[in-house]
Amino acid sequence: MIKKFKPAIAAAAVSLAMLSQMAVAAEEQFFPMIDYRVGPYGSNGQSFYGGFIDYLNYVNIKEKGVNGVQMTYEECETEYNTSKGVECYERLKSKAAKSAGPIHTMSTGISYALIDKSAQDKLPLAMMGYGRTDAVDGSVFPYAFPLVTTYQMQASAIIKFLKDKNGGSLAGKKIVYLYHDSAYGKEAIIAMNAEAGLNKFTVVQIPVAHPGNEQGAQWLKIRQERPDYVVFWGWGVMNQTALKAAQKVGFPRDKMIGSWWTGSEEDVIPAGEAAKGYMAATWNVAGKQVPVITDIEKVVYGAGKGNMEDKSKIGTILYNRGVSAAVLSVEAIRKGQEKFGKGKALNGEQTRWALENLNITDARLKAIGATDLLPEIKTSCANHEGSGKVKIQQWDGAKWVPVSGWIEGNKSLIHPLFQASAKQYAAEKGITPRDCSKEK
Amino acid sequence: MNFFLEVLIGGLLSGLMYALVALGFVMIYKASGVFNFAQGAMVYLAALSVVGCMEKGAPLWLAIILAFVIMTLFGIATEKFVLRKLVNQPPIALFMATIGLAFFIEGLAPMVFGSEPRALELGIVDEPIPWILDNWNMVISKFDLVAAGVAAVLVATLALFFQYTRVGRALRAVADDHQAALSIGIPLQHIWAIVWGVAGFVALVAGMMWGARNGVQFALTFTALKALPVLILGGFTSVPGAIVGGLIIGASEKLAEIYIPPVMQDLFGGNFGGIEGWFPYVLALLFLLVRPEGLFGEKHIDRV
Repeated sequence: MIKKFKPAIAAAAVSLAMLSQMAVAAEEQFFPMIDYRVGPYGSNGQSFYGGFIDYLNYVNIKEKGVNGVQMTYEECETEYNTSKGVECYERLKSKAAKSAGPIHTMSTGISYALIDKSAQDKLPLAMMGYGRTDAVDGSVFPYAFPLVTTYQMQASAIIKFLKDKNGGSLAGKKIVYLYHDSAYGKEAIIAMNAEAGLNKFTVVQIPVAHPGNEQGAQWLKIRQERPDYVVFWGWGVMNQTALKAAQKVGFPRDKMIGSWWTGSEEDVIPAGEAAKGYMAATWNVAGKQVPVITDIEKVVYGAGKGNMEDKSKIGTILYNRGVSAAVLSVEAIRKGQEKFGKGKALNGEQTRWALENLNITDARLKAIGATDLLPEIKTSCANHEGSGKVKIQQWDGAKWVPVSGWIEGNKSLIHPLFQASAKQYAAEKGITPRDCSKEK
Repeated sequence: MNFFLEVLIGGLLSGLMYALVALGFVMIYKASGVFNFAQGAMVYLAALSVVGCMEKGAPLWLAIILAFVIMTLFGIATEKFVLRKLVNQPPIALFMATIGLAFFIEGLAPMVFGSEPRALELGIVDEPIPWILDNWNMVISKFDLVAAGVAAVLVATLALFFQYTRVGRALRAVADDHQAALSIGIPLQHIWAIVWGVAGFVALVAGMMWGARNGVQFALTFTALKALPVLILGGFTSVPGAIVGGLIIGASEKLAEIYIPPVMQDLFGGNFGGIEGWFPYVLALLFLLVRPEGLFGEKHIDRV
């Protein structure tokens, strides 16, 4: 008898196993983690992705996931190498077919390489403070999200900060724009020029060839130009070299303001005393005074599930940035579940919708213990940035200290630049932009 | 004129920093006829060893000694596990081995000592010398002058070592022909171990100077990029050539960075700055056309 029904029993058992597996999969929100922890910039990645994963685990432990959906992830190492980034994407995309949180690559090069692919595969690409900045225009870039801030809005916010410092006017001042001679460094030139025209200051552009470990000529030129300020778009070793070179020619560090890629502990500690007084923009604050950071240490590390090998890095700029990115990502999952069903994992398309309809207010940030960790964010089809605000922080020799509140760049000046660029991209690629007024 | 001199002197001093790295390449090339692709990685390993030992509580002087021991052991291990099997193999095989070695060091060093960028304080502040600044309005850094002094001492020591010691002469014999050197009783394995040890010491000096200037971090491996045009210009086999090549490259790239972009902008519009990344290579390429063996390199004559 049993022998007779053996195939049927086996089939039923397999079906049950598959069903149960599907049920488990449906309760897991998968994050494809295209990250880097080794190689030239490995230490940056360790802190950022450590913070990101710690927050996912925090949500899993503290509230048993988002409405019962557990946050899961799989890491793939890129070593900050674009071709490896694409390989990782190809490896993880099938896993992300049913359930996908935003992809954070922390690399402008990898982001550029994935923009078209991710749109084709309907997987949302987050580029928080980096990547293709005209993707602010979601009508042309539905799956790309340069969330919180862009290079141009950041440059504009820095100018606003300097303007306020100078009694509301920069007329007649001279600002050197010292930049990494790459796509990243050149991104903010358009904003600097637009601001110079509007505020009647002179901008002198001085590029530095990669990797930027020798800047003697540039700083002698800066000395000759006698600028009022140096706005600085550096990267990697270029940052410490610039600070040391500024010291060498006697340029005051408190007249230097960098982009957020130049404003982590890793950027200033190797420069030692030369970094004291230097300022940089940031879209998240450092320190453990933010309640959620302290709570992560207590809850996640208390449970032995912390991701950071070096616990002393908890609360650093890059760790807190990773937490900020995870906060945004998890809030997007919450938002998506409100529309597509509580307790259900979101696929790429649904997460994309959620990222486009974020509304994270100060009240919400307070509720999750992230007050002042990052600015308020409200995204839409027409505005994938959602904020455009940064703080200016100053290195006091031991830690970063915020020296401003949230400063928003000049949106009416900068956003039309994105729209024009996005329009050109759409024409080149034959993309018909979405009508944002019809998006809900 | 004052500004021109300031740029020129700054360039010459920077060139000596490049020469410090180039010297390591020269050491290996002189003894084995091989371009050591791993020299940049060795600079990184040496500097990381110093800060790593200091983090474990060693004072600077002890950390330097320990780093020297590490680099010497590394040199001996390289000979034993990598080079010994490659005696009498074509130079390209040895070159490929050094590529592997570079990747090995770049992976291993941060695993052992950590990958985060760190400061290395040698007690020499990278600041302008006040009386030069006051009297001539020129920025000449104390640190650069010390680096120049270190480079000069290193070159003198290495030149004497190669010219007047038995080991130095044996090194040159080995470089000319491995098999011939073996046949007259030169212990090739010992010679290679010594030369890799000395190259490790040169890497330690370069790593400390570059690490003190820009921080100890992975980017120290990129210093090798600055040494290549220096070697082409000075010759792969000449210790003084590395210094002269360094001076020429340093001065010319700084002058080019300052004076060429404005001319190009006037002619073609746009922004032409940031040329010091490629300018030394173009200069070296032009030099190759005229003098392939470099300024001080040995002329290679093959009998047909």
